[in-house]
Amino acid sequence: MKSMLTFIMAAGAILAATPAAAALNVFACEPEWGALAQELGGDRVSVYSATTALQDPHRIEARPSLIARVRTADLVVCTGNDLEVGWLPVLLSQAGNAKVRPGTPGFLEASQLVVKLEVPRIVDRSMGDIHPGGNPHIHLDPRNIARVAGALSERLAQIDTANADAYRARAASFQDRWRAALQRWEQQAVRLRDMPIVVYHKDMSYLVNWLGLREAGSLEPRPGIPPTPSQLAELVQRMQREPAKAVIYSAYNDPRAAQFLSERARIPAVMLPYTVGGSGAARDLFGLFDDTLARLLAVAK
Amino acid sequence: MFRKGASALAVWAALCFCHAAHAATEDDLKELRDQVRLLKLDYERRIEALERRLQQAEAAAGKAEATARDAGLAAGKAESAATQAAVQASSRPAGENAFNPAVSLILNGTYSNLSQDPNSYKINGFVPSMGEVGPPPRSFSLGESELAISANIDPYFRGTLFAALAPDNSIAVEEANIQTMGLSNGLTIKAGRFRSSVGYLNEIHPHGWDFADAPLVSRAFLGGQLSDDGVRLKWVAPAELYLDVGFELGRGRSFPAGPEGGRNKNGFGSSNLFTHLGGDIGASTAWQLGLSHLQTSPQDRMYDDADAAGAMVSNSFTGKSRLWVLDGVLKWAPNGNSTDVNFKLQGEYFRRDEDGTLTYDTSGASLGAQAGGYSSRQSGWYLQGVYQFIPRWRVGYRYDRLDSGTARLGLVDSGALGAADFPILASYNATRHTLMTDWSPSEFSRLRLQFARDDSRKGMTDNQVFLQYIMSLGAHGAHKF
Repeated sequence: MKSMLTFIMAAGAILAATPAAAALNVFACEPEWGALAQELGGDRVSVYSATTALQDPHRIEARPSLIARVRTADLVVCTGNDLEVGWLPVLLSQAGNAKVRPGTPGFLEASQLVVKLEVPRIVDRSMGDIHPGGNPHIHLDPRNIARVAGALSERLAQIDTANADAYRARAASFQDRWRAALQRWEQQAVRLRDMPIVVYHKDMSYLVNWLGLREAGSLEPRPGIPPTPSQLAELVQRMQREPAKAVIYSAYNDPRAAQFLSERARIPAVMLPYTVGGSGAARDLFGLFDDTLARLLAVAK
Repeated sequence: MFRKGASALAVWAALCFCHAAHAATEDDLKELRDQVRLLKLDYERRIEALERRLQQAEAAAGKAEATARDAGLAAGKAESAATQAAVQASSRPAGENAFNPAVSLILNGTYSNLSQDPNSYKINGFVPSMGEVGPPPRSFSLGESELAISANIDPYFRGTLFAALAPDNSIAVEEANIQTMGLSNGLTIKAGRFRSSVGYLNEIHPHGWDFADAPLVSRAFLGGQLSDDGVRLKWVAPAELYLDVGFELGRGRSFPAGPEGGRNKNGFGSSNLFTHLGGDIGASTAWQLGLSHLQTSPQDRMYDDADAAGAMVSNSFTGKSRLWVLDGVLKWAPNGNSTDVNFKLQGEYFRRDEDGTLTYDTSGASLGAQAGGYSSRQSGWYLQGVYQFIPRWRVGYRYDRLDSGTARLGLVDSGALGAADFPILASYNATRHTLMTDWSPSEFSRLRLQFARDDSRKGMTDNQVFLQYIMSLGAHGAHKF
């Protein structure tokens, strides 16, 4: 008991002696928001991404290291809409950091800022792991990124008022570059209009909607339920009747189901980076969309 | 004196600054006007550019053969998006129901096949802990249905209730507590009834366990699971490496405290100090180590035994009970993606020292009440590994071991009674091997088959087979590491 008390006091002393960190600590649930915070904050922010492109954001362990990062965060940026429902609540309740409590300026849910697709009319788990608020994978429509950027830079300015002008200037510069890139992407993507594709999970819906692709099937029989042999067999048959141009999957998906369909139905399997870090070229948000489009255009023909 | 001087200095500096500014104003007025004019020009240029861009966009939209999809993307897209958002917002549930808390229900049931009678279950070498420690009844049996209700109360508190609906039609309050949300600096306070943070598994609800039953250490040292009425204060260090320190004060309403329901005294009947350390090793591995120390002062903690004459007697213990638990968890998944393949290694070591007085035959059923000294040092541990080798399928193995040591009994040392009068306290090392495999069609359902060879009872090996289902309905709960 006595040694424990001594320990607590010693830890407190260390805490008191630590100088206030210069940079704003941003905790991003997903790499896309980490990359966006980096674009908007530059060297005024220190960004930590809780997940990588190789991890399924639905299924993350509420690891001690993540609690430790939320503990010292000044701003938490997440997708929301129940994407992180299995782990984020634990991090927030364990970390004891009132600055980033939902409802405060230190907590931003990107999905609240955009119009959601696939909002279910009937909410029932017999339909799989659906999200009552609509599809949460909003970042694959670059127009949504622009909307979130606006709100995120305002939050940075609100929390770190001393640097507010700098954040707004960076945001203006980012929006200019993003607009130019968007124009370029939409020109490139004209060829992708109505291209039929098979997806793995419903995590590509915003990309499909933005580019005007046609979703001809899904490897998962229902959202969140892994592909089954019967589902794959049914897809192979359907592909023989009306072949899709490609079967696409995310960097974090097991490629085997997509490869199985690819071999049987003789359509190419295309791995898309899904988020920043999902491929060598997807080093930042610009690279993410450049690479995604390049990979899709390669099979469009 | 010094302070007065300093404020005078500040006033002087401010005056100087104002004066300088005033002088500068007249000189720079013209320059300012020029700057404003320049700014105005700049803005006009920018507005022109924006208008040009808008015209371009409109022209482009016009060219692109306005299909139904394009209509949404074109010039009016901002308005239509805003309307859609407004529609979504306006169609959210309103009224009293909108504040319903999150409700979830766990259903589970078991089919058991046991080679030994579950009603005679005990752990030799250990004082019976009175909790729900035995295996479930033979044949089909319903497990506890667990109802969880939780919600934020206001910006400062969160409330949680876990009620267990037992198959015998009784309801038990497993947890009912409030937790602070508004505190900063890594502090959280919990009050009410909650699972004690002693060891690793004790805080996890049975539906989150990797095996159908609790480890032997939990049964022998905590009466299955320890959940006390009290208060907990926890602090998380502001560091990259996870570190927490906390303590709990409770009434001591159940084993290892005593009597059942807690002592009739002010203050607190049990205290628990704990600390955890955790982190990552690369992207694939995460670990956590914990140490806790539970201290209680049981008074007249009763247990039943049969003495040398075969008479059923009630004995009781009064004294001090100190429990140390060291626990560790390691989780591995390739690149930290646990969806397809993952592995979990978990182990706990318990050690308990008890010192005090043991009273034999308190109710005078055999040779009459006699009291003598009692001291024991007992320990136990388990180690388990669970491997998900393909999506949905896991296999696991657990090894349990208890070391009862030899209790020192004053009544036996003095020759008043024989060791045979305390048969359950006779030294014995219980062991158990458990093998399980489970299949989870989705995140919300799980079917499990488990085999165990349980040597908790001296000379009575129990070969157990369990077939179990665990299903969760309602709100998607978040699970601790």
